[in-house]
Amino acid sequence: MEDEQSFSDICGGRLALQRRYYSPSCREFCLSCPRLSLRSLTAVTCTVWLAAYGLFTLCENSMILSAAIFITLLGLLGYLHFVKIDQETLLIIDSLGIQMTSSYASGKESTTFIEMGKVKDVVINEAIYMQKVIYYLCILLKDPVEPHGISQVVPVFQSTKPRLDCLIEVYRSCQEILAHQKAASASP
Amino acid sequence: MGLGSRGAAAAGLGAASAAVRPGPPDAVRHPVPTPPPKGAARASSRPHGMVVKAFFPTCCASADSGLLVGRWVPEQSSAVVLAVVHFPFIPIQVKELLAQVHQAGRVGLAVLGTWCHRRQEAEERLGPFLEGLGAIFSHEPWLQLCRERTSGLWSCKATRQQGPTRPGVKDQVMLVFYDQRQVLLSQLHPPAALPDRQAGDATASAEGLAAVFDTVARSEALFRSDCFDEGPVRLSHWQSEGVEASILAELAKRASGPVCLLLACLLSLISAARTCRVFKLRPLSFIWSKLSVCGQLGHRLEQLALVFSTQKAESPAQLMRKANVLVSVLLDVALGLALLSWLHGKDRIGQLAEALVPVADHVAEALQHLLQWLMGAPAGLKMNRALDQVLGRFFLYHLHLWISYVHLLSPFIEHILWHVGLSACLGLTVALSTLSDIIALLTFHIYCFYVYGARLYCLKICGLSSLWRLFRGKKWNVLRQRVDSCSYDLDQLFIGTLLFTVLLFLLPTTALYYLVFTLLRLLVVAVQGLIHLLVDLVNSLPLYSLGLRLCRPYRLAAGVKFRVLEHEAGRPLRLLMQINPLPYGRVVHAYRLPSCGCHPTHSWGSLCRKLFFGELIYPWRQRGDKQD
Repeated sequence: MEDEQSFSDICGGRLALQRRYYSPSCREFCLSCPRLSLRSLTAVTCTVWLAAYGLFTLCENSMILSAAIFITLLGLLGYLHFVKIDQETLLIIDSLGIQMTSSYASGKESTTFIEMGKVKDVVINEAIYMQKVIYYLCILLKDPVEPHGISQVVPVFQSTKPRLDCLIEVYRSCQEILAHQKAASASP
Repeated sequence: MGLGSRGAAAAGLGAASAAVRPGPPDAVRHPVPTPPPKGAARASSRPHGMVVKAFFPTCCASADSGLLVGRWVPEQSSAVVLAVVHFPFIPIQVKELLAQVHQAGRVGLAVLGTWCHRRQEAEERLGPFLEGLGAIFSHEPWLQLCRERTSGLWSCKATRQQGPTRPGVKDQVMLVFYDQRQVLLSQLHPPAALPDRQAGDATASAEGLAAVFDTVARSEALFRSDCFDEGPVRLSHWQSEGVEASILAELAKRASGPVCLLLACLLSLISAARTCRVFKLRPLSFIWSKLSVCGQLGHRLEQLALVFSTQKAESPAQLMRKANVLVSVLLDVALGLALLSWLHGKDRIGQLAEALVPVADHVAEALQHLLQWLMGAPAGLKMNRALDQVLGRFFLYHLHLWISYVHLLSPFIEHILWHVGLSACLGLTVALSTLSDIIALLTFHIYCFYVYGARLYCLKICGLSSLWRLFRGKKWNVLRQRVDSCSYDLDQLFIGTLLFTVLLFLLPTTALYYLVFTLLRLLVVAVQGLIHLLVDLVNSLPLYSLGLRLCRPYRLAAGVKFRVLEHEAGRPLRLLMQINPLPYGRVVHAYRLPSCGCHPTHSWGSLCRKLFFGELIYPWRQRGDKQD
């Protein structure tokens, strides 16, 4: 069962949340960021080339222009492959674990999987980010040594940074599955 | 029971008849659960039964019907299916095989259930027969997986002997497909801590998904026989797609034994020769410890001894280390040979030798100019004329001596360089270390100047500090290691104050000489440091691990990732488990080779402190040197 809704992130940009309910014990949330805009790309390229041309008129060395083209190309490739995240997905499977995937604009995907045995809880936390106070969803991991302690806090949706309304939707679904998981593990 | 005798008589496919008793009476449910009504998905009346995870190898998805063999992990209620046993079989032999594997790998396998790969409605009579097998191989819960050949639709159920206490509750089955070959060959990082080998029949208690990896790794004995073999039991697993072996690998394994033995003997001879000669002669051992080439050669010798040792590697980490060292040494030698061929072609050694003496002359001339500048009014500062002249003339004479020695050596330089260049065939690192040593030897005069300047400055600072205390009427108590007040005689005070004044006014001159020569020395040290950094890089980079990560990413696993496969309502949830490879940074961090150990031992703070007080700095301390 699939369903799509539109939210906004902390800066006001548009985000699309796609929810897929594969089964009562397996749900997936997919947040998509706005794509790379042509306007910003053109602006950056023009700035770099103007600067290069300015240097060229000073130094009269044509290597500067080819270097500027090289730098722009490499910079764009590097940005698309390492920096620009297109989509962030959270897949929660009852009794297996939680998986977070980030897909970059160049197609690269980086995945982290946390086993259900290590997950203590999923909560919404507040943080001070630059000059704002924002809400973020995070997964609390159990401490192997201390039964009631928390060893790590893993934030989710770090690049897309949705607002509280979106987070609440995701939070509710996750809590349903976690409650089921706790009931199952508590019963003999 | 009639079923027992039928099983013992090697039941065939066509032998199923109406006399076959169905399985446990109360837990049989409809094989295809009715799809839930739309809109009730989020209703609160969800089934709260146990979720049974079945890890199914992708290679068995096309296998014929049979029994599922694997391991049941009760803590995670997951069943790891390892192979499918085909009909006909004799249950006793199946149990014997499982006992053999249990002994070989200390992993408790069992028959987990049945697998049915059928055409639509064609072999309906197989169903009850398969259910009946649950009586021979009793297992809790009993899995029944089924796949239709034409449509490829899956259905599964898990039944328990003792029915759940709450009626209307059912066990859900989640299918997780995994690639058996990849899981068998991969290693998880960090490695799961496994119990001792001696623990009786205790099976692995690895946590979570590491248990799946562990189970597959320990069941190697199961994968030896195949469905195409003539053995009593016909199995289907990852080897059914074709047993993998490589002739080259087998030959290499056979040849490695005697080759390792030979090389190990050779290496032990070399190290014996090295140890007996070095500790005999005092000046030779001193030079040995100062040259970085010798350190590098010793390091390489140790590494080679490790690689060619006749002991088998105990753990996968040791094996990786051996492989890394071997690849690193091979690359080193290859680069060294390339450098050698470049150097010896087109008479470059001759050109280098011809350029060397003029360069040394040029440096000496530059130093002379510098000293003339210091003897005048450097940067507009006014120096003490007499001391300035004395120091300047002393250093100039020293420089003149050095240049004469270099000129004396100049006819022999080409030969020396040619022979030293041959050392590049031992490796690029050896060539770079030799270069660093040559730089150290050629700038020996700068080192001497630095030592003279530092000693002078240090003496001056010591004198100043103790006379400063006298000036204030205190003295240093050596017994109590602190400053105490002291009453001096008048003549002591007079002489002391005079000396203090003299030293104080001569301080700028000495300090300037010290500053200039320290900067020069630091420049040389920086160049040598860069070369050593490069040598360290070649020494410690784990190239085999990086190559493995590039070409066979599943071998080095950081974890797993899941993908949800096509899902239809009413069918069980199917996931594909893939290996999440280790990122490159972590590969380097985990498999980094230990380097030579010649790291700078100072922090920035202590370095500045030593510079200020004029203590000599030794940037590299070899392992085993006494601390000065």
